[in-house]
Amino acid sequence: MTTAIEFRNVSRVFGQTRAVDDVSLTIEDGEFFAMLGPSGSGKTTCLRLIAGFEHADAGTLLIHGKDSGDLPPYERDVNTVFQDYALFPHMNVLDNVAYGPMVKGVARARRHAMAEEMLELVKLHGFGARKPSELSGGQRQRVALARALVNHPRILLLDEPLGALDLKLREEMQAELKALQRRLGITFVFVTHDQGEALSMADRVAVFNHGRIEQLDTPRRLYQQPRTLFVANFVGTANVLSGEAAQRIAGRAQPFALRPERVRLAAPGQSIVPDWLAVAGRVAGVQYHGASSRVEVDVGDDVSISVQVPELAANETPEPGTRVQVAWPRDAMVWLEAA
Amino acid sequence: MASKAATMTTAGSVPRASAADARPGLARRFSNLLTGRRAWYLALMLVPPLLWLGVVYLGSLFALLAQSFYSIDEFTGDIVREPTLKTYVELFTTPANVDIVRRTATMAIAVSIACAIIGFPVAYYMARYATGHMKAFFYLGVMLPMWTSYLVKVYAWRQLLAKEGIIAWAMDRLGLAWLLDAALATPGIGGPSLTTSYLGMFIVFVYMWLPFMILPIQAALERVPVSLTQASMDLGATPAQTFRKVTLPLALPGVIAGSVFTFSLTLGDYIIPGVVGAPGFFIGMMVYQQQGTAGNIPLAAAFSVVPIVLIAIYLWIAKRMGAFDAL
Repeated sequence: MTTAIEFRNVSRVFGQTRAVDDVSLTIEDGEFFAMLGPSGSGKTTCLRLIAGFEHADAGTLLIHGKDSGDLPPYERDVNTVFQDYALFPHMNVLDNVAYGPMVKGVARARRHAMAEEMLELVKLHGFGARKPSELSGGQRQRVALARALVNHPRILLLDEPLGALDLKLREEMQAELKALQRRLGITFVFVTHDQGEALSMADRVAVFNHGRIEQLDTPRRLYQQPRTLFVANFVGTANVLSGEAAQRIAGRAQPFALRPERVRLAAPGQSIVPDWLAVAGRVAGVQYHGASSRVEVDVGDDVSISVQVPELAANETPEPGTRVQVAWPRDAMVWLEAA
Repeated sequence: MASKAATMTTAGSVPRASAADARPGLARRFSNLLTGRRAWYLALMLVPPLLWLGVVYLGSLFALLAQSFYSIDEFTGDIVREPTLKTYVELFTTPANVDIVRRTATMAIAVSIACAIIGFPVAYYMARYATGHMKAFFYLGVMLPMWTSYLVKVYAWRQLLAKEGIIAWAMDRLGLAWLLDAALATPGIGGPSLTTSYLGMFIVFVYMWLPFMILPIQAALERVPVSLTQASMDLGATPAQTFRKVTLPLALPGVIAGSVFTFSLTLGDYIIPGVVGAPGFFIGMMVYQQQGTAGNIPLAAAFSVVPIVLIAIYLWIAKRMGAFDAL
């Protein structure tokens, strides 16, 4: 595999803030790569550096092996799907999609044919004559996608493209984007603050925090083996116990993460599987989520552990105030780097 | 749980008790009356301005239009109150009058184009780059001249443009006197000095109406998301292409709005052509003179109709060319 994008010690500073702080990363050709993080974590700035809307203050940016840090956006073989879609309101859908070929001097009939083909690809055949204002959010999103793909870029950047869509549509589009990426075989770089989105679509995910990459891994490893406190908290739901609590419960003074679905409830005094850890506590609250319930157990000293109880066993969820034991296998504890 | 519920009830009952104790004030009862009665509310808001616009403004405008279809008795000087096109025939067949219309329209077009060319970069900077103090400074800079009396400014310009004025002096000192002389020697726009040339009048007009061009363009550009220009460049357009295909079309409604101001203000002005410039008459001066000294109200009215028609034609063309598609 060749390298599509490489950051070598890239920094971007706005006034006092280091939006991107000495980031190095490599994105492979044909990879679906997600940049995940809360707002202000530097993920969007990284995307804008690749697109060419920002320029690095330090470090090197290589696109397909070529030093591209100083290239203007219009000289990069990279196209972007914008968060607000950025469709040109004074052009109809067809002209929007045909914009890329138009500015490159492709004749009218030819570029309209190209645009039609792209509209077909995103299932918007026959929408060419409409104005962007006459489309729904999901349709606009597809037009933005078609417009960005019409130039046949080798890299497609997507800046929170699903953020403005409602849940149902978002899930549909996630599946479609993934399928599209497989079919086209080009590199997708996707920025999102939604960890579910990143986990479900990406081949690899970079988790950003304060301008740095906290962890870069496959979705599964990111979920199962978070390295830092931040990643454990940001990706999925986790019980994160401080070193102090860990010392008391597990006998080791290092913070650890524990996924709620790895924890079981047991009655007080009930015998526990050998080699599991068990702590006695009192049920503080129960939240019903449909497929499962979330039981909060107060285990003393202001530490609470949340337990995911699948719906199959939901008739077993205890009332608040009940004394219970929480238990988990030792390998469920993921020891985190001390913050 | 029980104690929580109890406090909540008390908390809820407090405002209710006070509302029952004190009768609502007049203002509150009035608000209550209007809330939910959308038509009353709208009527209350809109009737005064509509009366003003409808009666005072449109009424006098139609009275004026009607006057232009009257004629004047050449012997007695009395107005003949019978509908006729005689006045319009006079307006468009007298070469002097046609000259006035042509001269005024040409000046208005030239002034509008110059204002757009000078104003656009300023508006662009204000909308896209200026922030904080810089933005305030630019707003102030654009508006400040409007705080000064119009007459003071016109007469100040007369001094600036005079043969011994600062502009001629500065050109001389910079070794550019030949440029000024060449400009003044150009037939049509030149004259003995800037004060007495159409070029000088043009400069004053451009100065006077520039804010009316900058502000609408700035407002239009402000509404264009930066992501649109980025999207354009992202798709391969150079900055020049981006300007031509995205920025300009989207700012065009602002340019048109601004040019309607500059165009109509130039068409209607009767002070500047009297103070600065060559001796030829302009529409505004003609209206002033015909209805004042000459007492020819119908001709004055007919002259006033000309700018209205010109602007209507201009807007129609602008619409046909798609200037408002981005709205």
